[in-house]
Formats: sequence, C-alpha cells, structure tokens
Amino acid sequence: MSELRLMKGNEALAEAAIRAGADAYFGYPITPQSEVIEYLMTERPEERTGMVVLQAESEVAAINMVYGAAGTGKKVMTSSSSPGISLKMEGISYLAGAELPALIVNVVRGGPGLGTIQPSQADYYQAVKGGGHGDYHMYVLAPASVQEMADFVSDGFEMAFKYRTPVMILSDGLIGQMMEKVVLKDEQKRLTDEEVAERYGDWATTGKKDRERNIITSLYLEPERMEQRVRRLMKKYERMEQEDMRYETIFCDDAEYLIVAYGSSARIAQKTVELARKKGIRAGLLRPITLFPFPTKPLNKLADQVKGVLSVEMNAGQMIDDVRLAIEHKVPAEHFGRTGGIIHTPEEILEALEQKIVKDGSIRHHTTREPSLL
Amino acid sequence: MEVLDIIRPENQVFCKTKLMTDTTLTYCPGCGHGTAHNIAMEVIDELGIAEDTIGVAPVGCSVFAYDFMNVDMTQAAHGRAPAVATGIARIWPEKYVFTYQGDGDLAAIGTAETIHCCNRGENIVVLFVNNGIYGMTGGQMAPTTLPGMRTSTSPYGREIDTMGSPIKMSELVANLPGTYYVTRQSVHTHKHVRKAKKAIKKAFENTRLKKGLSFIEIVSNCNSGWKMTPNESNIWMEENMFPYYPLGDIKVNGKIKQVA
Repeated sequence: MSELRLMKGNEALAEAAIRAGADAYFGYPITPQSEVIEYLMTERPEERTGMVVLQAESEVAAINMVYGAAGTGKKVMTSSSSPGISLKMEGISYLAGAELPALIVNVVRGGPGLGTIQPSQADYYQAVKGGGHGDYHMYVLAPASVQEMADFVSDGFEMAFKYRTPVMILSDGLIGQMMEKVVLKDEQKRLTDEEVAERYGDWATTGKKDRERNIITSLYLEPERMEQRVRRLMKKYERMEQEDMRYETIFCDDAEYLIVAYGSSARIAQKTVELARKKGIRAGLLRPITLFPFPTKPLNKLADQVKGVLSVEMNAGQMIDDVRLAIEHKVPAEHFGRTGGIIHTPEEILEALEQKIVKDGSIRHHTTREPSLL
Repeated sequence: MEVLDIIRPENQVFCKTKLMTDTTLTYCPGCGHGTAHNIAMEVIDELGIAEDTIGVAPVGCSVFAYDFMNVDMTQAAHGRAPAVATGIARIWPEKYVFTYQGDGDLAAIGTAETIHCCNRGENIVVLFVNNGIYGMTGGQMAPTTLPGMRTSTSPYGREIDTMGSPIKMSELVANLPGTYYVTRQSVHTHKHVRKAKKAIKKAFENTRLKKGLSFIEIVSNCNSGWKMTPNESNIWMEENMFPYYPLGDIKVNGKIKQVA
C-alpha cells in the first residue's frame, strides 16, 4: 500500500529505492547526502527485500562496484554530492560506454573544489554535458520536491533499463535536507535471479548457462567499431528526446515573460511568478524536469510568444547556454542566480526579472513571428 | 596407423584448454600471461563452474583477457577490478568471481581497491600477475620494479631514495584478516605451472566454501619490457625477482605461514 509520510528528501529517496525493488546500493558518506546510506543501513533492506547495501572505501570504489553489479543486469544505484560525483565521473563514463543501466544521485553542494556544503546547482554542466570523458550523456532528472526525490527513483530505473544507460538524479542540498510530506509507492518485488537471467541474459554477466559468454566492455580499438558504438549512443539520445523528455509549464498560456528554472530554483521561481502577476507582469515558468534531454522544442516555441527569458539557477550561469541555444536568439535571455550556497529569494528573482528582462516595458531585439501552428 | 586414428580423443593426452577461445593471444612470445590464463581456465573447467563464473579483466597487457577466457567477463577501469568484482560478488553470492590483474593495475592505481577488497574479505579470487613493469604502455617503472632495474621511466635504474621500494603486495594483504589464502607462484617451468594451477584450484574451492578472499600472485617475466629473450628473462627472474618475491604460500586457511 502507498503510504503518506513526513520525510527528508534524502531519506525519501532511500526508502523509495527499497520500495522500487533496487538490488544494490554502493555509497560513501559525504555531506549533504549521507542520510541516504545512513537510512539504508538503518532500515536493513537486506532483510526487507534482499537489497544489498555496502559502504565503499571511496566514491571511486562505489561507482566501480555499481559498474560491476550493473553488468549483472540488476537494479543498482549510488549517491553522492559534488566532489564525490567528480570522483565517480570515470566510472560513469565507463557505464555509458559499456551501456549499463545504473542510477546515480547527486545531491549538489557549492563548488568548485571542496566548496561548501550548502545547496547549489553548479553541477549542471557536469551532469548534462558529460563530466566524464568521451561522447556520452546521462539521462538527467531534476527533482523539485521530496515527492520527486522518491518518485524519480523508479522513473530513473525505468529509463536506465529502457536505454541501458546511466541515469542521474540531479538534486541539491536543499531538496535533500528539507522535510515534506511524501506519498511512498507500494513495495515492488525484486526480480528473481532467474527473471534477471531471462530478461537480460543477452548482455548481462549472469553466468553463461545455455548461451555464449557475455562481455561487458567499453574498449574498441578498431576506429570503425568505436565510431559505431558512439553512433549507437547518439541514436539512443535522439530517441530519449523524442520519447522521454519531460518538462512542466506554469502560467505560460498568456505569459509575456518567461522564467526557466529547474529543481529548487523552480520552486522559488514559482513564487516569483505569483508575485510578478500581482504586480501586473505576466510571467510564466518553464521547469525542465529532464535536463538531458533538455526541453529545447517547447522552449523554442514559447520564445515566439514571450518578450524575454530569465534563466534562474543557483550557479554563475550554466543552463542559460542551453536556454539561449533553444530560443535561437528570438528574444533576449539573461541569467540570474546566487552562488556559494546562497539560496535566492522570490523577491530577488522578481527584481532580476524586472531589471534584466522587463526593463520598464521596453523590449530589446524582439521580432514578431508567426504564431506557431503546433 | 592413420593420422586420424592417432588423434582420436581416447589417444589424446593433451588438448587445447576448453575454456580458452580460439582468438589468437596478443601476448609477446615467451610471456607468462598465456600460461596463467590457461591454468585459470583449466581449473574453472575441471571444477565444472564455467556457467557460474564471472571474471574481471584489468587495464594493462591482459586488458583483452575477456577475448581469450570463455566465461562471462567484465572489463574494469584501471585498478578498479577488485571494486568491480565486489559489486558482482555481492549480487551473485553463489557464483564464482575472479579478477585478473597486473602489478601496475593492482599495486599502484588500484591499491586502495585491492586493500579494502581484501580487508572486507570479499568471497572472490584475485589472480595477480607481477612482472615488475608496465608492459602494455611500453616498459615503464611499476611499483614492483626491483631496485636498480632499468625501465623507460627509470632509465638509470630504480633509485630507492627518490622512487621508493618495490611493494610486496602478497605480504601486505596477508596481514589483513579478510584474506584466507595468499600464495606466490610462478609459471615459467612445468613444475611451477603445476603448483600454480593447484593454488588456483584451491582458491576457487575457497570461494565455493565461502572462505573469503584468495590472493594468488604469479611472479612472471616480461621479456619485451625487460629487453631480453624469453629464456634470458626466465633466468633473470629466478636470479633477481624470486629473491625479492620468494615463492610459496604466505597465508593458508586464514593463518600467516611466513613473514618476509
């Protein structure tokens, strides 16, 4: 039965992992996400569902345990925060190269370097543009609530197996640490060893019973084969955009000004939209739910309607690049965001919207376009 | 008697290892890797566990071990094989998991993974081929390179003062409670091959009995990296490697036998 509880984002994610039928979690403590492994260790999922939980000696080891375990065809995950995710990047590149399903959670803190333990969205580039080496992407989900911290675990696993790809939940210290009510889904049964062998026996290291051996590798020394592999990955990413790109729009129907924000920034910006409308500024919000694939097309369409776009991120300006690429300079687009672990207020965002975009009603570079027929 | 009569199965006293694929080995002629592969696969075949065995290949000369070993294999990032094997072994506690690693992989970049995997006593077999050099990248100094030994990154010989001493991994991991069986073998003569094979068999039997980690070091040659003929390299190995890396059991049934 589903259950209503008051939980921290990190704990909700951990509980959702047990309920989603995850087979293993490998992690290493780091603030602000240590509650994930603490919760799992306390809950004894090995007794509840048979899920394996192991504290590794480092983030590097944890992601490589994920790599080995993901190769068996089981549902495997890890979580960390920014500096730890940097360490995991090698393994993530291998997961993408070897086409393995895995769930990686980043409860982002400020950086660069050891940075701060306060919330931040400064790992956007790392999450959506690669981070590790080579031509690859992760499917990136950005939760904006404790509810989504929980829901995106099963959604993430679904995508990981649909595309055989590493999936990242890009959260932050705010969502990870705050408490909200959350509806937890029913506990799902883990697949049996036999079911795993039957479903994924064509590629996974389940033991070569009644078949040729399987090899998990990302090594292709012949240039043609390597290129083939890269093309295969790119096709996968195209399909992701067509079938599984997710976003939400709030007050966008009649919007003259658009805010684009994800995760906790979207939560705050939603309030800004309300404040703006009270002042007579017709603002709307587009919240990308998947950061890769990015909602390029809907954003491009909205650019035909609005007079300007403000990208609000808790960083020095990263997603703004994708926003500008999406709107093809049809209207001005600016960035606003606090860094260093400072969380911007709805009022600050409104002020930035007015100063950078609305500007006493004057509109820069705006060209009128045919209304979209779509 | 016709040739075909002679090669009848009942007359055969020796054949290709069943669990080795038909792929041509990429190792230099004279290198010990081929033999080490062979005996590992013979053991798995003889124990009848091929369908339940998952191997982990390293980065180094044996990066393509999965091309030669006919069991399910995962290719790991440099040094990470023990962590990868941990992930697999925790998922499949009833199966047999082994890593096959060189000295650069296991004793340099992967030291942390090696130590902690051994310390946790993961129920796996670690096959560690130590030839005192980085073979694949062209003969650079390894953590196991002997004092004074010339390599492309220690062209005047390894200086202990600035480059450190060669690390004895077997003695190191034997001190960890998680290791159940630690032994050092070689594969350069028939006698040694038979002993090494026996050790590997014991290791996989330990896995079956869930005894924890078995660590088999195979001191081997690198004739191309050492710039010697295969025979010269074997003699050099006996005269120089073995005194520093003495052969024999170090820890048996969870008890240290000798401390070097």
